[in-house]
Amino acid sequence: MDFLNAIILLLNYIIVPALAYGSQLALGAIFVTLIYGILRFANFATGDMMSFGTMVAILFTWYFQSLGISLGVLPTALLAIPLAIVFMILYMLTIDKFVFSYYRIKKSPPVQLAMVSIGVMFVTQAIVRIIIGPFDRRFFDGEKFIIKANQFKEMTGLNEGLTIKSTQVLTIFLTIIVVSILFWFLNKTKTGKSMRAYSDNEDLALLSGIDPKRVVMITWMIAGILATIGGVLYGLDKSFKPFTYFNNMLPIFAAAIVGGIGNPFGAFLGGYVIAFSEIFLTYAYKKFFMYMLPENMEPNSLIQLLSTDYKFAVSFSILVIVLLFRPSGIFKGKIL
Amino acid sequence: MKQYANVITAYAIMIGLIILVGIFQSWNIAFSIFNLCLISAVMTMGANIQWGYAGLINFGIMGYTALGGLAAVLVSVPPVREAWQVGGLSMLFCLFIIVLIVFSIRYVLKNFQKSKRKNIYIASIIVIGLIILRIVSGPAIHSIEAVEPAKTGFLGGLGLPIIFSWIVGAFFAGGLAYIIGKVALGLRADYLAIATLLISEIVIAIIKHEDWLARGVKNVIGLKRPVPYEVNLQSEQWFIDLVAKWNRGVLDLISTAEGKQAALSQLVIESSSVFVKICYSGLFLTVVVILLIITQKALYSPWGRMMRAIRDNEEAANAMGKNVVKQHLLIFILGSAIVGIAGAMMVTHDGLFTPGSYRPMRYTFLIWVMVIVGGSGNNFGAILGGFAVWFLWIEAAPIALFLINLFTSGLADTNAFKLHLIDSVPYFRFLMMGIGLLLIMRYRPKGILPEKINIK
Repeated sequence: MDFLNAIILLLNYIIVPALAYGSQLALGAIFVTLIYGILRFANFATGDMMSFGTMVAILFTWYFQSLGISLGVLPTALLAIPLAIVFMILYMLTIDKFVFSYYRIKKSPPVQLAMVSIGVMFVTQAIVRIIIGPFDRRFFDGEKFIIKANQFKEMTGLNEGLTIKSTQVLTIFLTIIVVSILFWFLNKTKTGKSMRAYSDNEDLALLSGIDPKRVVMITWMIAGILATIGGVLYGLDKSFKPFTYFNNMLPIFAAAIVGGIGNPFGAFLGGYVIAFSEIFLTYAYKKFFMYMLPENMEPNSLIQLLSTDYKFAVSFSILVIVLLFRPSGIFKGKIL
Repeated sequence: MKQYANVITAYAIMIGLIILVGIFQSWNIAFSIFNLCLISAVMTMGANIQWGYAGLINFGIMGYTALGGLAAVLVSVPPVREAWQVGGLSMLFCLFIIVLIVFSIRYVLKNFQKSKRKNIYIASIIVIGLIILRIVSGPAIHSIEAVEPAKTGFLGGLGLPIIFSWIVGAFFAGGLAYIIGKVALGLRADYLAIATLLISEIVIAIIKHEDWLARGVKNVIGLKRPVPYEVNLQSEQWFIDLVAKWNRGVLDLISTAEGKQAALSQLVIESSSVFVKICYSGLFLTVVVILLIITQKALYSPWGRMMRAIRDNEEAANAMGKNVVKQHLLIFILGSAIVGIAGAMMVTHDGLFTPGSYRPMRYTFLIWVMVIVGGSGNNFGAILGGFAVWFLWIEAAPIALFLINLFTSGLADTNAFKLHLIDSVPYFRFLMMGIGLLLIMRYRPKGILPEKINIK
């Protein structure tokens, strides 16, 4: 019986990684949900747009590194984020102008816009791969760990070590800041309110003098910020690879729908729901039970609910279950 | 005749392009492009039935393709007796348990009123069932995978000719479509797209990681072919005679008998692989033609009219007494079954099953590009889309290389920018697909060959 060790074990292998992964998903999911709520289509180019923003950030990071600029213990990529956001927003507005706006003005059905977004997905993917190549890129520098397992063991005298990577703390911290600013913006400012009104009822919003062009532009700008920050944080925490980013689109969609599509707060929580359930269900609890149970009752199998190969499948199964029982998501969707 | 003019022109151009590849690159490449074009055409027809006839959006094409491929493995590979001995019974028992779970859930659903208790019952049935499954299957899977893991390590199949798998694949994919349709068809269009995409990912995850079923990512290679092997052909007298006859003009130019013999054997080796590809083309063409006749008949039948009515105005069709839900489910199954056939055909053609290669980009989104580009609702358009897009997908790299060289001809060969561009030639295909799709969506939203219904 050793509760402390067991708790540290869970913290180390489940809670901290899941919080970081969940934050990354949450940023992406809010991006999807905003586009869905205001522009009214499922954006299949989500993952690739995130990889575009990350790519720009990586290029700037390399440039800064070659100049010898760094942030000391923090990764240089943080400096590159604002510049990357500018490029990302420009790219998104260009795409909107040349591709999406035509269908929006024509009031095409959402399916057609989703199809168009597939075209954008192909193009963005090509641009990213042509510029930076399809390979794995690591662009992290600075201090890697805040607490190392060995240090922690020495400090506390416990058997289990706790490792906290600086990228994990950074991810959670930045996400909280970005998301709280976003919610403040949506709920308290006039522009945010006009966006919510537009999402709620387009015609009424137009009648009360809300400029749709402005709403759309601001939506893309916020989307650009979210996509870049989410993408860079994921890349810092793991690594940047265009194919992985494309694949990340799927859990992000799952998070957005689970939270209730069109509802930013739902998407935010949805990210954590997906991340936690993925890691909870695929973790092998053998060691945990070794600490929790008396010695003679030690389990002899891994006590793993699902093998880690099914990590992605877990989130999709949750999505299917949610779609079956609560098609509007856990938190009522489509309010914004 | 006049109304078919554009169809005939489009197809003539397409065939002409493939022939050009044959002349300028090689006939081997031309026929392998042609074969994959035919397979793509079958997939596109399946997607077109769902999207063009009924307006259902199905992004799960990858899943059905993989199931078709799985069928090819399960039908054609000879059974692994040892594996069956050590774990076959338990696996059969697991199947029985799954059936039991399904039926008990059905029973609960039918005979209990809507309440919290019902949900608890269902949840507990699933949880208990899964635990029993884990307990029964765990050791069995372990011992099955331990049987010669380098070569087999799975249950194997039935050992039948692989051609049967085309039908079995259709049934597999149709079965999956039945389940997905029951779950997801009530959803709005874009939700349905996301849901099917994610479900197909689940299917791929299962095929990839259940090694006892089809070796997972370890791949199954050397599947039996329905057509002759090159090596056997090269020693057949009739084939050598045929090649000699075909290339008489070339051979006559060589004066010495020895030189003639050497040239002939070289020609035999080359043409044997072309001959194999032609055999495949014949088989695939038969499937495409049969499917085309059936789908064309269906399109002009009362049933096709009803489907179009449902697509164009669901409520009106419902008010006229058409069972929209049932028809949607039916067409979802039919379309998916056709995709399943294509999946089995593809594995038959490759002779190997590699679950790791099933990626949504290639097997879902590309097929959708084909449907949109070709012309949704028009079977000829769908087939043309399959041909044109696959041709571009393969030939994009040479075209891109040509264009890059053309535009950067002013730069030195060692220019870093030029070298970088030449290195990234393979990714220009994505660019071409994307721009092609966007242009078609914008300026010809109904595709190259738009839907044209002329009731006689």
